[in-house]
Amino acid sequence: MLDDLDRRILRYMQSDPEQSIPDLAERLGLTASRLSRRLEKLRESGVILGQRAVIDWRALGYEVEVSLRVTLDKTNPRAFDEFIEAARGIAEVIEIQTFLGQVDVRLSVIARDMPHYQQIYRAAILNLPHITDIEALMHVARIKSDEVLPV
Amino acid sequence: MSGLDDLDFAILRALSEDATLSAGALGRQLGLSQPATWRRIKRLQEAGIIAGRRLELDKEKLGFGVTVFLGVKLATKGRVSLEDFERAVSAIPEVQTVEHVLGMYDYRLRVTARDISDFERVLRRRVMTLPGVGNVEANVLLSEERRPGPLG
Repeated sequence: MLDDLDRRILRYMQSDPEQSIPDLAERLGLTASRLSRRLEKLRESGVILGQRAVIDWRALGYEVEVSLRVTLDKTNPRAFDEFIEAARGIAEVIEIQTFLGQVDVRLSVIARDMPHYQQIYRAAILNLPHITDIEALMHVARIKSDEVLPV
Repeated sequence: MSGLDDLDFAILRALSEDATLSAGALGRQLGLSQPATWRRIKRLQEAGIIAGRRLELDKEKLGFGVTVFLGVKLATKGRVSLEDFERAVSAIPEVQTVEHVLGMYDYRLRVTARDISDFERVLRRRVMTLPGVGNVEANVLLSEERRPGPLG
């Protein structure tokens, strides 16, 4: 379905999503109209889903990021659904992932500082349903964060 | 940056859904003029709050059927070994993110692969051979959702 040109377009776009169509076309050695048609096809077929702004929470005053690895009580068939539904109600939860492995669910939680984190943890996180165990990983630094797919 | 108001938060919410919205289209949604919207976006970019854009691709359609998170514990520590490890792990194309964490692991890696046997190849040939790698725990991603976060 995808040819080499599509892959090249996606590689360039992933490395610099902000460049304009004419700039990108020039780097790829294409005319802008040919590139636009290709992009249109990639969007129509659902390969390109869209573009999102990346928000730097630290610049917004959220200094703390904690990864909470949660084990759920799997004897309850509704445990996953009810836990996730409740976690969506916590504003400071910025990511919810489910897994196959030792961890069932992971939440990314941000907070302004440690007292704020403590407050979120006690008042909101510990009230989430069906938790049997929680482990916390404290975020120190992002070494690589571009999430590029090696197309 | 202090002094953000509800309109700034509304702009951040809208752009984190769709970064291709023009200042004009966004302004119409919010009842702001195009230049006023543009100035606010510019200010959020200059303050580093809008840190850039991410292209969202359908990984399954591109043939990447498996995402695995690895928790990596280093066997040996010390400044030099951390730097060596970080440089080497960041150079692996299938490793999409590298986070330095505190807790039961030292690093958290997001790894993408075509299928489980492709993942096994990446794990054995590239990750397990990294300098200083000790214990590795793998969890296969089943679903993920990004939330808007505390934006007003």
